[in-house]
Amino acid sequence: MVYSYFPGCTLKNKAKDLDAYGRAAAKALGAELEEIPEWQCCGGVYPLSHDEIAIKLSSVRALASARDAGHDLVTICSACHNVIKRVNDDMANDEYVSTRANNYLKADGIEYHGETRVIHFLELLRDDIGYDKVKAAVKNPLKGQKIGAYYGCLLLRPSQVMAMDNAENPTIIEDLIKAVGATPVVYAQRNECCGAYLTMEDSSVPEKRVKSILENAKANGADTVVTACPLCYYNLKKHSEGTGVTVRYFTEVLAEALGVKEEM
Amino acid sequence: MQRIGVFVCHCGTNIAATVDVKAVAKAMEKEPGVVFSTDYTYMCSEAGQTLVQDSIKKYGLTGVVICSCSPHMHELTFQKAIAKAGLNPYMLEIANIREQCSWVTKDIKVATEKAIVLARAAVAKVVLNSPLTSGTTQVTKRALVIGGGIAGMQTALDIAEAGFKVDLVEKNPSIGGKMAQLDKTFPTLDCASCIVTPKMVDVGQNENIRILSYSEVAEVSGFVGNFDVKIKRKARYVDEDKCTGCGACTEKCPMKKIPNEFNHNLNNRSCIYIPFAQAVPKVATIDPRYCLMLNKGKCGICSKVCQAGAINYKAKDEYIEEKYGAIVVATGYEQIKVDKYDEYAYSQSPDVVTSLEYERLMNAAGPTNGHLLRPSDGKEPKKIVWIQCVGSRETCDPTKGPARGKPYCSKVCCMYTAKQAILTKDHYPDTDLYVFYIDVRTPGKNFDEFYRRAVEQYNVHYIKGQVGKVTPENGKLMVQGSDLLLGEQVHIEADMVVLSAAIEPSPTARPLATMLTTQMDTNDFFTEAHPKLRPVESATAGIFLSGMCQGPKDIPETVAQASAAAAKVIGLLCKKELTNNACVAHPNEMMCNGCSQCQGVCPYGAITYVEKEFRMPDRTTKVRRVAQVNEAVCQGCGACTVTCPSGAMDLRGFSNQEIMAEVDAICQ
Repeated sequence: MVYSYFPGCTLKNKAKDLDAYGRAAAKALGAELEEIPEWQCCGGVYPLSHDEIAIKLSSVRALASARDAGHDLVTICSACHNVIKRVNDDMANDEYVSTRANNYLKADGIEYHGETRVIHFLELLRDDIGYDKVKAAVKNPLKGQKIGAYYGCLLLRPSQVMAMDNAENPTIIEDLIKAVGATPVVYAQRNECCGAYLTMEDSSVPEKRVKSILENAKANGADTVVTACPLCYYNLKKHSEGTGVTVRYFTEVLAEALGVKEEM
Repeated sequence: MQRIGVFVCHCGTNIAATVDVKAVAKAMEKEPGVVFSTDYTYMCSEAGQTLVQDSIKKYGLTGVVICSCSPHMHELTFQKAIAKAGLNPYMLEIANIREQCSWVTKDIKVATEKAIVLARAAVAKVVLNSPLTSGTTQVTKRALVIGGGIAGMQTALDIAEAGFKVDLVEKNPSIGGKMAQLDKTFPTLDCASCIVTPKMVDVGQNENIRILSYSEVAEVSGFVGNFDVKIKRKARYVDEDKCTGCGACTEKCPMKKIPNEFNHNLNNRSCIYIPFAQAVPKVATIDPRYCLMLNKGKCGICSKVCQAGAINYKAKDEYIEEKYGAIVVATGYEQIKVDKYDEYAYSQSPDVVTSLEYERLMNAAGPTNGHLLRPSDGKEPKKIVWIQCVGSRETCDPTKGPARGKPYCSKVCCMYTAKQAILTKDHYPDTDLYVFYIDVRTPGKNFDEFYRRAVEQYNVHYIKGQVGKVTPENGKLMVQGSDLLLGEQVHIEADMVVLSAAIEPSPTARPLATMLTTQMDTNDFFTEAHPKLRPVESATAGIFLSGMCQGPKDIPETVAQASAAAAKVIGLLCKKELTNNACVAHPNEMMCNGCSQCQGVCPYGAITYVEKEFRMPDRTTKVRRVAQVNEAVCQGCGACTVTCPSGAMDLRGFSNQEIMAEVDAICQ
């Protein structure tokens, strides 16, 4: 299976691990992630003002590129996924946005109306490969590890657009944790916000949030939490000291279980 | 030769602001057959009607065209008016130049153009109209009320009081409905049972009322004054006439772990059960899903202990058929399922309850005998949070899949929450109560005063804002919400959370609406014939609406509507006979080839076939099979006229020739 892959800026810099482990795991599972040529930043944050079109254009280019290649588009970064999937939904369903975006893109010879299927790497694992096949490919089952999934806010919401899992009571990462042989820990704060960009302005906010998240995970027995979001990872890691909880990317845990971590 | 008068109405500015009414009147003067054409501010007013009547006499008019609002609004008004002036009421045509013309555009030019076209079509049709007379039918002096809650009971009692027979169909084993489950009622705090159970007894004892409990409507046919209804009487495996309601069977039944629906599954009941102490009829019912005797052929204990010999394991569902003059729908409501609201943790903690469950926890006859105890550990809660508008007033983008909740306000939640808070504080003064709300809506007599009491006298903390998350943790419920007035996040460690879940129509309502051929809105509430002027009638003649099935409403409003529906039914049943629709189908027997297609499509069973003798041109006779329409039964839907392959079937008042003349006039 060949997929168009949109890594995003952070995965080329701060979150190189998230990217590398993800690619290695995909390869081991027989999925080829073909990086979109000349991709640009997704826009960073999905613009909430309805008439902000320019920010959405780079996502549309990536989406059109995947369509022209005849592939589904895969992302790993929660934030990129959120932006691209929502822009895709706009292009399919919001005539106002799609007309204007297409007017901009005429110069590039692009016309796009939401044809591409956008999936997160987790959905690729669950729906296209199947967790049973992931389980079968595991070489080093992570027996005894107690791992809490940390979803954050962007991965699942808005739930009607992301349509990946139940936004309030998700299972997609927990099921992956089970597949790699570890024990999933369900805790209340797993889909709360980590404080996100406030880390730039007032780091006491993410600090408070992260303490509450990690303490809650710890209280429920987790020794590790995994995330798909570079910003969550940054915030959690920064304030994890003294909590007794290790913060990792879900791709790292997966690569470890598949026995491809060392090869890198 | 017809002499037609055209009257163009301004409807104040409703029409005149967008349609050049004078130009319409002037254009009509030239139409063939028109001898008089004029305009007036309000044609439906006394003066307007007089203008029409005087013109009929002055110009010797034989037909009238009124260019005004929808015929739904005033066709009857003008039919009566021209009848008073000596014309046949069917010599009238209405050109609707308001709803389908002036109201849908601001462009005077196109609106005027369309008004002229519509008026011209009406003129073309009225020229071909012929006077019609209506037949009459008898009225069956018996009413059917569907639903035995407070709405259905009140309607049944009022109709019965007027001396008419009423059948009250209830799907559950007992009448009483939701009101019988409530603790106290706002804003007077009188006990719901104390006022509803005497009514149930009145219904049970009224000689004119027959209660058909544990029954459902299976089929409906016929029309106003003469409905034929088939009712399914579900097997309760207990003879209603023999059972004394002693309860011995329920005590001895070995299957005691069945979720008790009456208490919203907060405790258990036996398999043979009487839903509650004041049930009417007070007879036992066997739940066939769990009965050992019915499923495995072993047990039979209830039969052994029954002194009256009322148990009958061989009972079968039975169907009864009855004729009714009128039908009242009183199917009530349910609360929506809240398990879609995972953020409120309803399926994760038993201490998160719906408001109706809380009602049972407060009720002296409830599972905790009226002591407020948490379902999880049976301890008294100290801190309780109410969340308003769970599933109510929810907007959603329809392109993003189905909505979780409902767009409307459920109307009663603000008030019952204030009531539940006040009652809780009355019994347990040291509890701490919080209510998260979007708006507090208290229109109603003594309603706002009542809510203010909760805030000012009982110190219930009202927080404007919504709850984002409820998390069960260490036996507590961590409630996280926002206080929009303070602009702050609020965290409350609560012992219980009560969800004021939205109200939706009973799931039985939609199939019933199909059977009754009545209309529903997109939320499955029954649609009234007119939202202001005919609030208790459905658009289908002879079908009336009572209570929550028509929209959210509280008990006083429900009772008022129930009595209003009863008054309408009594008005109908009092009539000696009903005037039929004059616009009925009639076959041209010379053209009918006896194919029976019209008989197959007629939804009212109005068409039959007869063998008839015809004289042929050569003076011989020939017997042919031809269609015959029962004019008392025909509703004038026109299905037969479009089906008839030879064009023999025609509809009076809407003949093929008349319709084609309209089309020609429009396409001129």
